[in-house]
Amino acid sequence: MSSATWFARHELRLAWREWLAMMTGGRRKRTRVAVIGLIVFAALMHLPAWAVIGRFADLHAPLDKGSAIVLTSTIFLAFALMLSQAIESVTRVFYARADLDLIMSSPAKLANVFSIRIAAIALSVSGMALVLSTPFVDVLVLEGGARWFAAFGVVVAVGLAAAALAIAVTIALFRLIGPARTRLIAQILAAIIGAGFVIALQIAAILSYGTLSRFAVLTSDAAAAYAPEACSVVWWPARAALGDVGTLLLLLAASLVMLGVVMTIFAPRFADTAASASAHAVASRQGRGARAFRKGSRQQALRRKEFLLLARDPWLMSQTLMQLLYLVPPALFLWRSFSDSSTALALITPVIVMAAGQLAGGLAWLTISGEDAADLVATAPLSPTSVIRAKIEVVLITIAGVFTPLVAALAILNPPQAAVTACGVLIGATSATAIQLWFRVQAKRSQFRRRQTSSRLATFAEAFTSIGWAATAALTLAMPKVAIVSGAMTVAILAATWKLSPRRA
Amino acid sequence: MRGLTKRFDRLAVDALDLTVDAGEFYALVGPNGAGKTTTLRMVAGLLEPDAGSVSIFGVDALADPVAAKQVMAWVSDEPMIYDKLTPLEYLEFVAGLWGIEPKVSQVSAHELLASLGLGPHMNERCEGFSKGMRQKVALAGALVHDPRLIILDEPLTGLDAVSARHVKGLLGERVRAGCAVIMTTHILEVAERMADRIGVISSGRLVAEGTLTELRQQNGHTDTSLEDLFIALVDVKAEAA
Repeated sequence: MSSATWFARHELRLAWREWLAMMTGGRRKRTRVAVIGLIVFAALMHLPAWAVIGRFADLHAPLDKGSAIVLTSTIFLAFALMLSQAIESVTRVFYARADLDLIMSSPAKLANVFSIRIAAIALSVSGMALVLSTPFVDVLVLEGGARWFAAFGVVVAVGLAAAALAIAVTIALFRLIGPARTRLIAQILAAIIGAGFVIALQIAAILSYGTLSRFAVLTSDAAAAYAPEACSVVWWPARAALGDVGTLLLLLAASLVMLGVVMTIFAPRFADTAASASAHAVASRQGRGARAFRKGSRQQALRRKEFLLLARDPWLMSQTLMQLLYLVPPALFLWRSFSDSSTALALITPVIVMAAGQLAGGLAWLTISGEDAADLVATAPLSPTSVIRAKIEVVLITIAGVFTPLVAALAILNPPQAAVTACGVLIGATSATAIQLWFRVQAKRSQFRRRQTSSRLATFAEAFTSIGWAATAALTLAMPKVAIVSGAMTVAILAATWKLSPRRA
Repeated sequence: MRGLTKRFDRLAVDALDLTVDAGEFYALVGPNGAGKTTTLRMVAGLLEPDAGSVSIFGVDALADPVAAKQVMAWVSDEPMIYDKLTPLEYLEFVAGLWGIEPKVSQVSAHELLASLGLGPHMNERCEGFSKGMRQKVALAGALVHDPRLIILDEPLTGLDAVSARHVKGLLGERVRAGCAVIMTTHILEVAERMADRIGVISSGRLVAEGTLTELRQQNGHTDTSLEDLFIALVDVKAEAA
């Protein structure tokens, strides 16, 4: 067996095991439960897929401009998300894979080995996209006929192109700004690319039409006027998705050529780049200069440490930036509403409450579970309650720091809504923190990416309570009586989560 | 500690009795899985014993863990430090946790880092440090609050010969100043050279204890090394099991 074939098998095995660990939370006994859960989840996903995409099943070539723009934009959104995931995967290969030293010290031909690794990234990105797109394509096939199977081909082509571009972008970043900054910038770039397209459409919709709906832009006359002619290459992905086999083959060929070119150019440089990244990993960064030790209680010492670590956390920077990006459309909406009062202003409240819950969940994991010196804190002369209290305070203070300016701006425009939003932020953040507390497991901060695999229940509970509190806040403003039902349901989810949590057992 | 017992899937520590005096360096040696780390983790308050008691300078560590922790320090073989903090920031944090007056802890932190050869690196973030450097930062953290009992689990792992000598020197100074030190080690030469008393643990039980001379006498040898004694003791225990 050649070294390339052997390495391809090795990569596939690793990818499969990583995926399995992600699905089962690292517990092998759960494999059957995970498979059943996945099948049920995939089946259930057909319902929202039908609601979202069912009405497009009857589309036929030639498309009118409005439909072509919506379909092409949807494919572009998928491309942006895959590109984001691929950039993340490439940086992980450079910085986090423990086997680079072994590979680079082996007598295998590095260009071949890294070509396979590039192909593995492309395969995993396309594979994940295929899994996620299956319910949507199924709905289109069931409603509109077998020609929609071509959409799977488009997903593969888009995945291959996204992986090729991600590798080129990441290695270009290495050359331009060096390994020290690439990790952080690539993470931020991945976050911006992932969310940027939707947010840009929303901003355009708010500024032009005073609505948060991105479809307002896509289906507008202005968009149709600027769109290229029907014969343009821009519409190829849409035509291919509709079942134009010739265009689909061209698209697949183009993406394969793109990946091949990237492999040829960048695979030989992959080793140098990886070596630079690992060399950076052992280089020290200068902290701030010496200054006098500060006075304060033991809890203050703990809070100071947490704030310092949060401020120096690259993940947190990119995530906070993403949360803030999501807040740009509602903030713009708020700004527009100063001159043009609108009942749609109520939409801002759930967005803010939801963002607060999500950010609090991440922060709570980092401060409560992600304790790099757990033994040190456990052997310090503080009661465990004091330690936890100090950590929760850090989460809530940070949330207050991020969301107070937005709530304050809202208070000028609509004080009752600001009060409801503030309560929603507080309750949402507290709920997410409580869930992280009940499901806490000792881990390194660097394991943040894996936090969602340690407990599926905690992940879903955190998401559902965030959505629940966001809905309750919105309903409090619009239909207070219904808000009581929504609030009660969210409390019930929270109570059930507590009942099932390992801390209670 | 009296009758200290801990069971996981099997009995890890079996009714262990052990006393370490102030100003004494005690080395706990034993084969892998003998129960050394479990014993020390119970003393440090990181693990709850199933039975038994731990008294630290007259404080019941199980009844009043906060008071017991105030006078002790724990150093594990895996350095417990924060990558994103500098050694100086780390020591400020540790001193703050133990409630040490900043004026005192700042001087002590600088002295400790200098004595461990970390002076030039005290304002660099720990993320780029080697394992040995990280271990030295962790050790400085354990000493910055001037503990009366120091518990060390394989503290010399990853240290080069010069660093190991620095660490041994620092620990020796602390012992002479009246501090009690309990240390586990696989390096029997260190135990032989540094420890006032040595305890040999196997399958969760203390199979021998005393000074090196006493251990030799107990085993009927007068000039064997600790390594030979250790192998003889552990082999006998393994055969008996």
